[in-house]
Amino acid sequence: MNIQRDLLIPAEAKAEAATLEETQALDPGHFVSTEPFDPGSAAQLPPGQERFYLASQWTLMWWKFKRHRLAVASAIVLLAMYSSTLVTEFLAPYNLHTRHTDFIYAAPQRVHLFHDGRFVGPFVYPQTKSLDMTTLRRVYTPDRSDPRPLRFFCSGDAYRFWGLVPMSFHVVCPPRNGTLFLLGTDRLGRDMLSRILSGARISLTIGLLGIALSFTLGLVIGGLAGYYGGWVDMTVQRMIEIIRSFPELPLWMALSAILPVTWSPVLIYFGITGILALLDWTGLARAVRSKLLALREEDYTTAARLMGAKPSRIISRHLLPGFMSHLIASATLSIPGMILGETALSFLGIGLRPPITSWGVLLNEAQNVNVVALYPWLMLPVLPVIIVILAFNFFGDGLRDAADPYR
Amino acid sequence: MLPYIAKRVLMMIPTLFAISIIVFTIIQLPPGNYLESYIAELEAQGESVDRQKVEFLREYYGLDKPLPEQYLRWAGGMLHGDFGYSFEFNMPVTKVVGDRMLLTMIVSFVTILFTWAIAFPIGIYSATHQYSWGDYGLTFLGFLGIAIPNFMLALVMMYVANVFFGTTIGGLMDPEFIGKPWTWDKVKSVLEHSWIPVIVIGASGTAGMIRRLRANLLDELSKQYVVTARAKGLPPRKVLRKYPLRMALNFFISDIGSLLPHIISGAEITAVVLSLPTTGPMLLNALKSQDMYLAGSFLMFLAFLIVVGVLISDLALVALDPRIRLSGGVAR
Repeated sequence: MNIQRDLLIPAEAKAEAATLEETQALDPGHFVSTEPFDPGSAAQLPPGQERFYLASQWTLMWWKFKRHRLAVASAIVLLAMYSSTLVTEFLAPYNLHTRHTDFIYAAPQRVHLFHDGRFVGPFVYPQTKSLDMTTLRRVYTPDRSDPRPLRFFCSGDAYRFWGLVPMSFHVVCPPRNGTLFLLGTDRLGRDMLSRILSGARISLTIGLLGIALSFTLGLVIGGLAGYYGGWVDMTVQRMIEIIRSFPELPLWMALSAILPVTWSPVLIYFGITGILALLDWTGLARAVRSKLLALREEDYTTAARLMGAKPSRIISRHLLPGFMSHLIASATLSIPGMILGETALSFLGIGLRPPITSWGVLLNEAQNVNVVALYPWLMLPVLPVIIVILAFNFFGDGLRDAADPYR
Repeated sequence: MLPYIAKRVLMMIPTLFAISIIVFTIIQLPPGNYLESYIAELEAQGESVDRQKVEFLREYYGLDKPLPEQYLRWAGGMLHGDFGYSFEFNMPVTKVVGDRMLLTMIVSFVTILFTWAIAFPIGIYSATHQYSWGDYGLTFLGFLGIAIPNFMLALVMMYVANVFFGTTIGGLMDPEFIGKPWTWDKVKSVLEHSWIPVIVIGASGTAGMIRRLRANLLDELSKQYVVTARAKGLPPRKVLRKYPLRMALNFFISDIGSLLPHIISGAEITAVVLSLPTTGPMLLNALKSQDMYLAGSFLMFLAFLIVVGVLISDLALVALDPRIRLSGGVAR
């Protein structure tokens, strides 16, 4: 920087300064610094502040976001959940489709560390089944004399990793000749923990995929309306108004009910994602539109236009970066709605279908009040839903606060 | 003011028209029509099909006519109260629906009142006590209300009500009162059952409203006229009561636009879980069996409810807010 400034000072000025220094150095009554004089020194920031004043917008946002502790914690939770979906098969003790016909509606098993006051390491007691003849309920009682230690980094149920590579590695396995149902089993004797873990893969990605879709839609449609104005804007405005006057859930229900029955579960998954996105873009489009309407009157937009930039370049290069951070924040805040929507649809039985397993599909088993009374652990898939929704809300709030770092 | 009202009512017409086209598209989307699959199903079961009746229906709804004409018949019928024919129940939709739509309206209305009653004091408290423990606690409760799926809340509350208060499971009244004339006991039974759906449906809407009200009021409280009023020595309570609170009241009315779709969505799924005699369970069944005329008219009705609700809130706003009355536009 200094070199550059030196170059900017004309040669005569430098020579003048040099002669001035010489004459002053001769006068003994004054102290004159002999160091070279830098005329830009007043404008230069002290090194400590330079870091703050010259930081980019994204750096500022990151600093502000870091201060929002709840948001940072939520971000970590979300990161952990999303990365767990990469290695679901390793984490789950069982294959999600394995049926244990001897353990139908088994209650959650507890992991113990001490047996008879002696440290054994993590182990479970095996369960024995009996039938309560008055209520016709299966009752599982742990056999407290026989501790069975868990196995770690072991080979267990076979599965295909990501549906492709046949493997049998698990981080935790049930003890030999024993069972490990940490969250109980369902009506077919399938392990709930393994099912919840694999449900995360579907439930979490549907939010991301859906938001990616609705983000694109909102950006394009809102961008067109905001930049062109006039009749384009009118049409889009009316369209948004009409879509908004539908109650979300019933319309989702209707659209997903008319997905053809002949579609494969994977196609249905994409169909549902599309439906969720189809009704969600309106909020984003509105935000984009109003911001664009305001920003296109700015001087720098006029300047860009006069220099011959095309609308697409003006929008993407000059206008969008100005409020992208806001958009990302509000998109984050609308992910929970999508996850809840999928859960609700699958709960009602018109969303995703087995064998695709999402949290909503799992909750479909917990539809009547008997479940609450008899097998409450079937409602457990609601916990990750609540955690994810809360985390996304806090995370999005933090992002939104950070999105405006200059305030 | 009158021209504004007239304009506002006229604007409803194209909106409703567009909605009806969307609904009609949804009705038409499933492959084949219900009549054909209905006949095929009856024949497969070896039952005789009333040819005459099928022909009559085909003729009446123009099922073999081109789509625009079918639409005109359907939409035209709706204008004078003929919502189409439910093939599953084998009778006109209006008869199947009965008072379900009325009950949906009542439940929605009571829920809005509940939402207001809860959100108003809490929102004001949160805004005036920003960053206090009370604010944090209430905000967290609100977040929980958003995060818990309302169908799960409904299930658990139903169970709790049954175990602790002995309320019968599901429905809007004890089974013994169904179809009986209204008596004091019946009213009591309805009241006993209706607090669960109202709370469940209201939970997430209330939470959202509290957050919006809090943000709005906070904006208002930091404005200069409030600072001026304070600087002139007006007691804080009086400042609040005189100015920002009145602004917040307007917000309550204008917020119906975002609250109502939410409440109606929530009411549908909650009604399925609690098996309330409202539109929810029947809409779900109609969709599952692809009884599209029935489903379509429910959809149309719900959208209509929202459009009218928003209209009423806009008109109420005109009456309340002189700025709108004078400028003739909605100031949001």
